[in-house]
Amino acid sequence: MTSKTLTGILLDEQAELSLHDLCHACSTSTEWVIELVDEGVLEPIGHEQAHWRFSGPSLLRARAAMRMQQDLQINLAGVALALDLMEEIEAMRERLHRFGLDNNS
Amino acid sequence: MDYKDYYNVMGLERDASQDEIKRAYRKLARKYHPDVSKEADAEALFKELGEAYAVLKDPEKRAAYDELGANWKAGQDFQPPPNWDAGFEFSGGGPDAGDSSAHSDFFESLFGRGFASAQADRGRAGFHAHGEDHHAKVLIDLEDAYRGATRGITLRTPELDSSGHVTTKQRTLNVKIPKGVRQGQRIRLSGQGSPGVGEGRTGDLYLEIEFKPHKFFKIEGRDLYLDLPVSPWEAALGATVKAPTPEGPVDLKIPQGTTSGRTLRLRDRGIPGTPPGDLYAILKITLPAADNDAAKELYSKMEEELAYNPRSELGV
Repeated sequence: MTSKTLTGILLDEQAELSLHDLCHACSTSTEWVIELVDEGVLEPIGHEQAHWRFSGPSLLRARAAMRMQQDLQINLAGVALALDLMEEIEAMRERLHRFGLDNNS
Repeated sequence: MDYKDYYNVMGLERDASQDEIKRAYRKLARKYHPDVSKEADAEALFKELGEAYAVLKDPEKRAAYDELGANWKAGQDFQPPPNWDAGFEFSGGGPDAGDSSAHSDFFESLFGRGFASAQADRGRAGFHAHGEDHHAKVLIDLEDAYRGATRGITLRTPELDSSGHVTTKQRTLNVKIPKGVRQGQRIRLSGQGSPGVGEGRTGDLYLEIEFKPHKFFKIEGRDLYLDLPVSPWEAALGATVKAPTPEGPVDLKIPQGTTSGRTLRLRDRGIPGTPPGDLYAILKITLPAADNDAAKELYSKMEEELAYNPRSELGV
C-alpha cells in the first residue's frame, strides 16, 4: 500500500530552527541546548537566545551529542572534541573516495 | 530461539573479572557506537553489546547465565532448561542502556520482560514518553539531486500486538527528495516515527541521503569529479571535445599543450544549490593501440621526427 507523498525538511545549512524547534526535535530541555552552545558544539546565528537560529546540521550534531553522552558516558567537552574529529575524518574520507583510495571504490 | 554467547560478543574469556567486563564494554561501545562507527551493522552490534553487558555486569544475571554451561554455541537453537533460574533472583529494572525492544528473545526468555512491563506500567500510571525516532537510508541517483525526485521507502517497524508479541509491520512512504541534496544529508519527517506513550509525542523519521555509486562521476560535497580521456593530438593541438555532465553532454575546450592530469573546472555544473557545485574534468591522455601496421608506422614516424625524451628532467 502506498500513501501520499510526504515532504520533509531538508536539514541543510539553509534550514533554520529556533531554540524551541531544536529542543522539541531532540526532546530535551533548553538548558541542555544552552550547554551545547556554551561548549561550542552548536553555533547558532543571532546574539540573544530568543533570536537564536540553528542550521539543519546543528540538529544532527545535537542528537549525536545526546546519544554519545548517554551511551558512552563522556562529558560535553569530550563530545565536542569527538564530533569535531569525526567531521574531519568524514571530510578526509570523501577526499580518499575522490582519489579512489577508499575500500569502496 | 538462538543461543547468544555474551562472552564472545564482548571478546572475553568466561573467567573475565568484572573490571575486565567493564573495560571491554567501554572500549567496544566507543567502537560500535552508531554515531562513531562506519560499519554497516554498527547499530545491531551496539545493541548486542548492550545486551551482553547488561547480563555480564550484573553478578546475579551473570551467575545465572553461566549456569547454562559453556557448551552452547552462538546461534544454536536454545530453550531454557526447566527451572533453570531457580535460586536466582533478579532485582528487575534491567539494564540502564536501551529500551526493551533492544533485547533479543534469548535475553527475554532468561531474564523476563521485567523492564518492558515496568515501562508499560508507568504508561498506565500516567507516564508520558516521546515515541522513538526512526532512521533510514534512502538511495538515490546522482541525477535525482539535479532534478529532485520522489522515492518510495519501505520501512519495517517492530510493533507490539494485542497479546504483547513483537511483530514487524511494513509500511511504504513516498518521500520528496528536494533538488540539490548532498551525500549524507538528512531529511526530517516529523511525526513519522513510533507513537509516544501516554501524551508523549510521536517520534520522527530521519532519512539519510546516499548516492548510488556513479559509473564515472565522483561526488565530493556539491562538486563532481570526472576522469576525461583525451587523445594525444587533442592534448597537444587543443580541441573542443564532448564531456558528459548529469544534465547532458557539453562542449569542453581543451587548451593547446595540455598535459595529463590537468584539471578543467566547469563552473556551476555540480549539484545545484546556493552556491552550486562545480564539475572538475581531470584530463587523462590515452594512447591509441599500435595494433596494426598503419598505427605502428605513425608511432615510428613520431619517434624519428620528434626527438622527444620524456625523461629529460630525470637526467637520463
